[in-house]
Amino acid sequence: MTETLIWIAVALAAVGVYLSWTAGRLDRLHARIDAARAALDAQLLRRASVAQELATSGVLDPASSIVLYEAAHAARKAEDDQREVAESELSQALRAVFADSSQLEAVREAPGGPAALGELTSAVRRVPMARRFHNDAVRAARAVRAHRVVRWFRLAGHAPFPMAFEMDDEVPDALGADAQFDAG
Amino acid sequence: MRIGIVCPYSWDVPGGVQFHIRDLAEHLIGLGHEVSVLAPADDDTPLPEYVVSAGRAVPVPYNGSVARLNFGFLSAARVRRWLHDGSFDVLHIHEPAAPSLALLACWAASGPIVGTFHTSNPRSRAMIAAYPILQPALEKISARIAVSEYARRTLVEHLGGDAVVIPNGVDVGFFSRAEPEPAWQGGTIGFIGRIDEPRKGLPALMRAFPRILEAHPGTRLLVAGRGDQEEAAAGLPPEVRGQVEFLGMVSDEDKARLLRSVDLYVAPNTGGESFGIILVEAMSAGAPVLAADLDAFRQVLDRGRAGELFPVGDADALADSAVRLLGDPAALARLREAGSRHVRRFDWGTVGADILAVYETVTAGAASVATDEPSGFLARFGRG
Repeated sequence: MTETLIWIAVALAAVGVYLSWTAGRLDRLHARIDAARAALDAQLLRRASVAQELATSGVLDPASSIVLYEAAHAARKAEDDQREVAESELSQALRAVFADSSQLEAVREAPGGPAALGELTSAVRRVPMARRFHNDAVRAARAVRAHRVVRWFRLAGHAPFPMAFEMDDEVPDALGADAQFDAG
Repeated sequence: MRIGIVCPYSWDVPGGVQFHIRDLAEHLIGLGHEVSVLAPADDDTPLPEYVVSAGRAVPVPYNGSVARLNFGFLSAARVRRWLHDGSFDVLHIHEPAAPSLALLACWAASGPIVGTFHTSNPRSRAMIAAYPILQPALEKISARIAVSEYARRTLVEHLGGDAVVIPNGVDVGFFSRAEPEPAWQGGTIGFIGRIDEPRKGLPALMRAFPRILEAHPGTRLLVAGRGDQEEAAAGLPPEVRGQVEFLGMVSDEDKARLLRSVDLYVAPNTGGESFGIILVEAMSAGAPVLAADLDAFRQVLDRGRAGELFPVGDADALADSAVRLLGDPAALARLREAGSRHVRRFDWGTVGADILAVYETVTAGAASVATDEPSGFLARFGRG
């Protein structure tokens, strides 16, 4: 009798340890998503700011300036549910404006141009990076949350279901990794 | 930035991953960062001052060859001590899925962790069996880097998730500034790699060489690398054997000079490559490249624009391409030029900046790396 009780106690303790460990895992994954999301937000904001700065600098032609300004402004002001669309449109605007390498030359020759261009290049290339890290964390958290044990014991608590950030983040060719030497 | 790098393979044995880590560490130190590398090493091997030994590695068959790996409680304790003493801003683990130091470090650490995946081995049964053990450790990695599009694909298929592609770096200037060696010039074909490792593909080149020699008499084949020379040259007719020179193991300087001197560099590998650093080195030195059409090589050679490709293991196709190229100086010059331009993508200046961008992305606003104390269970009860 005592022996059975001991075994039951051991089994319960083992289950407890497993549940606690899984909850800890999930906790860490949620923290990772939060950090990745903050990093992504920072890169997106940085990209929109530099784009807006370039648009208002008067270096680009008026039509390009307006296109870029509109897109950057919309990206900065977008509500959460419109954010993915607005940021994708900014990517498209950047690609359209810098499709022509003479624009790049114009910016580079302006005072302070190379620095602004450097910052834009770094921002447009870090957005896809940050987005991949974020979505990778989301996928890992979802995989753990899909476990039966996690669902039955509600180990995820009140944390919202993680959503991937989907957008068009293709870098303009002229600012891509292969181009930075040819252009410079 | 304080950066901790974990090398899974023994520091005493030369290898692609070790060289990559050495160059990365030296590049980062040159930029003023504090770097510490934890690597398996024999206690009596001299180590650079930025390398900390994690103890002797044990040879184990892994991934198709014998790898020297670390495991056990002693190694785990050393990993913890290193993490504790280093108080790093970011931890960069190489080959986190290898059953070694890398995995131990992944278990023991918490905080911003970057993982670089080098291999692209097909899904093995061991991997499937180990999945539940690997996953909790791998999900601590905040940012994954794959060294090629091919390595990224393997990673996505095996473990899910995603990674950014940052190629291995090369000090392009070291190769492009090397002085050509006159003895190695004038109608020469170069090969660098282990002679006795069939996946490096020397046998295919040996089969193709008599035909190349027939079309271009006087051509010499220069072979640099470890292995049994007589065995490799067995079966060659004497007049062909005389045109093959074995240079044995060469130093980094001689490798650069060899690549600067040859008229054509041939990489006849038959598999097992996830990147192809030797091709990047050859392009850095301005050597025209003729390589087997492996996924990894195709990508390094910009889908064939920066070097010629031939079907894997096909000695006849290799001979045809080599004969045609050696008879067409304009084509060789074009390859030299295309290679030299494309290779700047792989210079440490570019690659190092990309890796630092990853570090900055994961460390922004995050706490530094700490040892992951297994006290969560008790703490949870105290809290609940």
